[in-house]
This record gives sequence, C-alpha cells and structure tokens, in this order.
Amino acid sequence: MNQARQNILKRLRDGRQQGFAVPTSDFAVVRERNWTAAEKLDLFQQKIESVHGEVHRVAAERWIQELIRLLAEKKLGNLLVSDIKAHGLELREQWHESLPPLLAYDRKIESWKEQLFTQVDAAVTGCRGAIAETGSLILWPDEDEPRLMSLVPPVHFVLLQADQIYSTFIEAMAEQGWATQGMPTNALLISGPSKTADIEQTLAYGVHGPKELVVLVLE
Amino acid sequence: MSAQPIQVREFHPRVQAALNNPQIRSNFRRAMDGLMTKRTAAFAGWDLETLRELGAAVRLRALSRLPELLEQLEANLVQQGVQVHWAETGEQACEIIRDICQARGAKSVIKGKSMVTEEMELNHYLEAAGIEALESDLGEYIVQLAEETPSHIIMPAIHKNTDEISELMHEKTGTRRSHDVDYLTASARQQLREKFMRADVGISGVNFAVAETGTLCLVENEGNGRLTTTAPPCHIAVTGIEKVVEKLEDVTPLLALLTRSATGQHITTYFNMISSPRKAAEKDGPEAVHLVLVDSGRSNIYQDQELLDTLRCIRCGACMNHCPVYTRVGGHAYGTTYPGPIGKILMPHLLGLEDTRDLPSASTLCGACGEVCPVKIPIPKLLQRLRKEAVDGDSLQPSRVAGHGIKRRWLESLVWSGWTRMHASPGLYRFAGRMMGRLRGLMPSKLGAWTRYRSAPKPAAKTLHQLMQERSVKSQAVKQESKG
Repeated sequence: MNQARQNILKRLRDGRQQGFAVPTSDFAVVRERNWTAAEKLDLFQQKIESVHGEVHRVAAERWIQELIRLLAEKKLGNLLVSDIKAHGLELREQWHESLPPLLAYDRKIESWKEQLFTQVDAAVTGCRGAIAETGSLILWPDEDEPRLMSLVPPVHFVLLQADQIYSTFIEAMAEQGWATQGMPTNALLISGPSKTADIEQTLAYGVHGPKELVVLVLE
Repeated sequence: MSAQPIQVREFHPRVQAALNNPQIRSNFRRAMDGLMTKRTAAFAGWDLETLRELGAAVRLRALSRLPELLEQLEANLVQQGVQVHWAETGEQACEIIRDICQARGAKSVIKGKSMVTEEMELNHYLEAAGIEALESDLGEYIVQLAEETPSHIIMPAIHKNTDEISELMHEKTGTRRSHDVDYLTASARQQLREKFMRADVGISGVNFAVAETGTLCLVENEGNGRLTTTAPPCHIAVTGIEKVVEKLEDVTPLLALLTRSATGQHITTYFNMISSPRKAAEKDGPEAVHLVLVDSGRSNIYQDQELLDTLRCIRCGACMNHCPVYTRVGGHAYGTTYPGPIGKILMPHLLGLEDTRDLPSASTLCGACGEVCPVKIPIPKLLQRLRKEAVDGDSLQPSRVAGHGIKRRWLESLVWSGWTRMHASPGLYRFAGRMMGRLRGLMPSKLGAWTRYRSAPKPAAKTLHQLMQERSVKSQAVKQESKG
C-alpha cells in the first residue's frame, strides 16, 4: 500500500493552494482564567456533579474511613486496588477481614478477563489531577493501575488531591509537560459516569463503563 | 444483518415519504429543538465568536500543512509501535482491515462509533468475508439491530422513539417490552459486555489525530470507545486524512467546540488519547494498534481553494440540528452517510454530483448552518458553488467535482443565454419587456414544481420603464403647472 501513500501525498502536495492564508491561533480564549484554589475546587465539584458524578471532600488522613463507609452504603462486595502504589499500600495496611475483600490487578488481563468483567464490584484509583472548567479527572493508566481498572467495574472511586486542580485542559497539559515529555500509552479525561442518551434522548447511566463515579477529594 | 443499499438519487420520493410520516417529524423536531437549546446554554459565558475563530484557525493551519503533518503523525506513531496504513479508496481501506483481521485469524470484531467506516460500508465488507462486525455504541447497536443506517452522525437512532426501540430489542434480542430506558440500556450493556470480552479485534474512529505527539483522540460518553480500544488484543483506528492537527494544545479549542456544539455538553464523559500499543510491563490494552488513513476523495477536495473548507469539519452535527430542512425530513431522506448541510457539501465529492445532484438544492440557504458551524465552514457559499457546478457547462473546466454539469439542460441553457443577451442590450430588453406585458394572457398557470405550492407569476401589463416614463411625464406636467 506504499503506492497509496505516495499517491495521496503527491495529490496533496501538487494540489496545495499557493499562499494558503492561515490566521494566527490565539489561545487566550481557552486559557485565561483567574480562579483561586477554592473556586477551582467548587467549580470542579459543581461541573462533575452536574453530570452525575459524586464528590466527597475529606481530610487527607480520613479517606480510608470514608471509603469504607461508601462501600457499605453502596453494598459493594469487593474492591480492586493497586498493591504497589502508595494509596494501595496504605489501604491494604489498614484493612481488616470483616471488610469487603480486596482484589489486585496483579496479572495480565488475558488470565482473568472473565473475572474482571463479571465479578469485580468496584475499583479505586489515583489520578494526575483534575480540570475545574469541565469537571474532569486526568488519568494516565499504568502497569499498577491498568486501563480497564477505571472502566470495567460498575463503581469507580478516584482519589484526588485538592491542590491538584487545574483551571483548564490547556493549563493542565502545559504544566505537566504532556507534549514535551511524550504521551503515555493511554491518557484519559474522565468526566462523570458512563452515560448515553441514544434512546430518545433520555439519559441513562452505566451503559458500558461505570454506573457510578465517586471522587474523594483529599484536603 | 445487512442494510438495504439506498438509491441516493431517489431523493424527492424519500423526502415526500418523510414529510408525510408524523412519527419521523415529531421525533426529529423534539430532538433538534432540544439540541439547539442545549447548545446555546453550553456556550453561555463564552466569547463564542473568538472561540470559533480559534477553531477555524487551528483547522486551517492543519490543512495548510496537511501532507507534512500526515508524515509527522505516521513517523511518531510508527516509532511508538503503531502500524500505519494508507488507503486511497474506501474499498482499499476495507481490504486493509480485512487482511489485518484474517492475518490474526479474527472472527469477531467489535466497533466503536465511526462515520468513516459507515462511509466505506465496512460492516458489509467484513460480513462478506465471514467476520462478524458488531456495533457497540448504543445508538449504532440499535440501528444495526434494525438493519438500518444512522440518521444522525452523533445520535444514530434519533429517528426511533422508545416504543420502537423496545419492540425492536424484544424481537431481536428477547428483552421484555418496556418503556424503562434504564432497563433497555442495562440489557444492551449485558449483551455487549459478552461481546467485548470475546472480540478478537476492536475498530474505532478518530476525532483528532495529533501529529506532534502521535496521539489518536476519541470523544465519547458511553465507554464503548474505551472498551473497543482496550479490551480486544488488536485495535484498528480508522480516520479520514483530514482529521490531523498539528499540536497537542490544538485539541483544546476543538474539544471545547465539539462537545458543546454537538450535544450541549461542556465535555463528554471520556476523552481517550491513545499513543501506542501495550508496552511490555503493562497488563492490558491491545498488543497491536493500527491506524488506517483513508483518502476517499478528500485529497481531491483539497485541491480547490474554496471547496477545501469542507475539510475543516469536526463532525459535530450542529449544522443538522439547526437546519430547517434536516429537522423536517430527518437523516434517512438524504440517502447518504452524512446527512444535513455537511452531507450536502461533502457527499457530492465522495459520490459525485451524478448521484447527489439534488442535495445542494435541498436547502433554503437560510444560513443557520454557517452561523453555528464551530469551525466557520461557509456552508451556504459552498452549497451555491456546488449548485453552480451541477449546471455549469465548460466555463469552469477542468472541475474538481465529479459529475460536474450533470443538471445542465439545453432548454434551460438556451433560456439563460437568451436572458443574458437580453440584459446586455437595452433595446432588446425594452422590446422583450413590452412583449411580456402584451402577451401576459398566454402565461401558463401550471409551471411544474414551481406551481405545486405557489401561484404562477404573471407579468405586469406595463413594464417599470413604462410606468416611470408615464410618471415623469405627469410630474413634469404638474411642475409646469405649479410654475405657471
């Protein structure tokens, strides 16, 4: 199919208009925001709640108790959590037998796909911050918290540090150096639980991904 | 499971049928009214004009460097382990995808929403090759169950109401009849989860392809796009060559414009950015990722300074939602993959004017599409250009539009050349005008389509020239009198 490549590029090069006028791109309209940290947190919460996301603000040292309370309230039977990351280790250390069992994503998906798809009730992951303007969480899944972890279980808990909320997407990608340091296999913005309006524009949640997205904001 | 091939050219009978179908009319009317309101609300507080200007600038900049950016995108993706393929036609793209599937011994494919694969009728092609291709976007799934095609590029099943969908799912999948949308959605989730678990290959579209970092971006709400691109061992992304943007930051205004223009959302649930297949230590994700770059007429459009604006499109569907014609006839009446205003300016290039001759005229030129377009495509101007292309003789040759001149009729051409001559000669003009006035009684009362809904025009007894002349004679007489 190298011929196709050559033909397409040749047609584009040969046919390109001379003096293609390109206006300058002024990004100010998507960049300039002057929100304080408190405003950013409020806006993030308001935006993500408007699309059915759940937000709980907790003191940083109390997140595990809050998570335990939510697991009981939502009657969840088990929880998938990293066994390598700091928050996973902290959780595992404080866990006890009477609580729902903890699962680990400690092998390749091929060896437990069916179990992940049918038997995991909830997962908890960290994130790389959030975006206030759109109420979005930034996730870069990795080997400790793989891609399907935030997608397949019906409930997804996310831990967000309150001081890691950016105003806009463009600010987040610039501050974290996405374009300069190279992109990961998969980067995600997650803004609420999975939803659809494909049946007569009626909103329904959890069509393919999680039915519930619960953010624990650690203050 | 194969949709009936549609005869694109039979446009008018389909329009009549749609106009006489109260179900279609009320389904679309309600949906489009809602979408217009939501879009307006979503842009509240934004300097929308400046944002649209930025969106247009970003797309134009990408188009101005299209061949270089495609090469940069390819180089970055290949370096990151993604295999890149090029297809000049939809058929070539289908072949490439079939070959990838067959080389893997794949029997089942799960699909995320992709209009370009609709355009090349990939599902039929794969089925003919013995590969099951199942749509996983809920709307697309419904449309596939019904053996239909999407009637809207963002909301494929918008032409159906809950009753119809409940009946369809009952008949095809055995769910119980229900108006409970949560139940219907949960049933579809169950049916499709099984398929996601077992699928050999996932096929998705692409919303933006970033050359700078070699990143494929997908915008979606359901999570089926993420599942399609993550759960099967192989992911094939398919995109038109025009979807490339230069820099990573370029996606930010386009994303802000796309979701608000399409459905009035400030963002979709998922913005999924893929840059490589699974790395050695990673525990999930596809081992193989392919990108198929499809031309299919796009490089042809690119060569015309005016028409290339068509390639700015980010497929939000706002032009349809705001189109008085689309709202009344719905997407299927157009008979083309892309309906509505964008379809009217894009499909003539993909199919040729011979089959799409009526599309550029199916517009009131009210201008709503151009006003809401997030990347400022001058759709009305392009519609006029294509109308001209459809009837032009040799004056524009060589034309970039296939089927150029298809609607030209000798009688009509004769009338217009007579019209031109008459307007160039004052004497002839006056003579013709007077004759029209004298012979006005001979004007037929039936003038084809024109008089189906209007009365026939009747020339005035006297021309404007005559009236003005008489008036100036009179007023001079009055002046004379008052002086005297």
